[in-house]
Amino acid sequence: MSKKTYYNAEDLNKFGNISEFSPELGKKFFDYYGEVFKEGELTEREKALIALAVSHTVQCPYCIDAYTSGSLEKGATEGQMMEAVHIAAAIRGGASLVHGVQMMNKTKELLM
Amino acid sequence: MTSATLKRRQHLLSYATKQLDFLNQPKENGEQFTSFESKLNETGLDPLKPTKIDTFQINVGYMCNLTCGHCHVDAGPDRKEIMTRETMQECIDSIKDTDISTVDLTGGAPEMNPDFRWFVEELSKIDKKVIVRSNLTIILANPKYNDLPEFFAKHKVEVVCSMPHFTRLRTDSQRGDGVFDKSITALKMLNEEGYGKEGTGLMLHLVHNPSGAFMPASQESLQKEFKKKLFDTFGIVFNDLFAITNLPISRYLDYLINSGNYENYMQKLIDSYNPDAAANVMCRNTISISWDGYLYDCDFNQMLEMKLKDENLQHIRNFDLEALEAREILVDQHCYGCTAGSGSSCGGATS
Repeated sequence: MSKKTYYNAEDLNKFGNISEFSPELGKKFFDYYGEVFKEGELTEREKALIALAVSHTVQCPYCIDAYTSGSLEKGATEGQMMEAVHIAAAIRGGASLVHGVQMMNKTKELLM
Repeated sequence: MTSATLKRRQHLLSYATKQLDFLNQPKENGEQFTSFESKLNETGLDPLKPTKIDTFQINVGYMCNLTCGHCHVDAGPDRKEIMTRETMQECIDSIKDTDISTVDLTGGAPEMNPDFRWFVEELSKIDKKVIVRSNLTIILANPKYNDLPEFFAKHKVEVVCSMPHFTRLRTDSQRGDGVFDKSITALKMLNEEGYGKEGTGLMLHLVHNPSGAFMPASQESLQKEFKKKLFDTFGIVFNDLFAITNLPISRYLDYLINSGNYENYMQKLIDSYNPDAAANVMCRNTISISWDGYLYDCDFNQMLEMKLKDENLQHIRNFDLEALEAREILVDQHCYGCTAGSGSSCGGATS
């Protein structure tokens, strides 16, 4: 397979390398990132499932790979993971549809 | 899932040397994986030495009624290696007057060894704690095994059984169709004998290992979830859950390679190296004995045919506890499986 694509799966493992061009900001980001995913009021599994849903919303292939593995490693089931993706889909769909109210408002404004 | 073992298929990975060669090969991009020995060295554990040997883990034979996708033994119905009563007697004679308190029986399905019950009875007579690693389904495999729960209870055998997941899908994908339902029935039979119930002293532990190319979740959270799901759905109770990481050898290695997950999984294990887990690996307090009486640092080294360095110590007939406790433990790349994350041993997480 040609490596000349925008997304290479192996680049996920190189995420840490972003520190190379800006070590200080890189460190700050990864320290923060690590803290965010630690067990808190939300469990690690809940955080992984939220991350999985968000990954689908931002449509980041690296994130989807990372949080599919991450969710499995935190003990999530296939059912839980698909429900998380449906949350992303529902919010995205809903975000379009809720603007339908605006369309209706405008329509009513324009029509006799 | 095929029912023939790698050995029966004369698969390349049924040869220990080929597995070790593969584990030491560079990655596709030509880079080498960091060697396990160098990691140990960084954490001041090289050479790895025993602490105190407390457990004899005896593999009484590779025959099994199942052919699970992850099996590091490559066990199955077609395996003929079986421990004789003479070798069992040698094991008994070796540990009888020592501080070794626990005998952990494994296989294959240890219950399929024709001398299994005799061995358990003899070990109880010399007051050793006996653990049996049961695949559960064996209890239902043939009427002659149906009374195993009663036999285990009579000798207060600690039962450690495989139950990768509380969902049928995940369990059957790893262990074969129908295994989940049979395991549930067997667990109920064990519960009826008092296993897993408070106050009986009959210990029933479950073993979870991931049904795929990822590391196990936290043992504590899985245990809570397994307890709830198995009790709510089936009324089943048990004592502890052991979360075990799959080691990249034998059939699991074959799975990793065929599914294209090998490099990522190996890298994940290496990146998750945990010095605390490394300090508590089970090879430091356990000796593994094969069906033919050879000694190994662990059941994985046994499958990779990594015999002890000192030729005079290699067989149970020359058992010398003091010398064994002074030996160097042999390590290779598969050892990353026991030191990743929370650590992994036959008793679950180690840190």
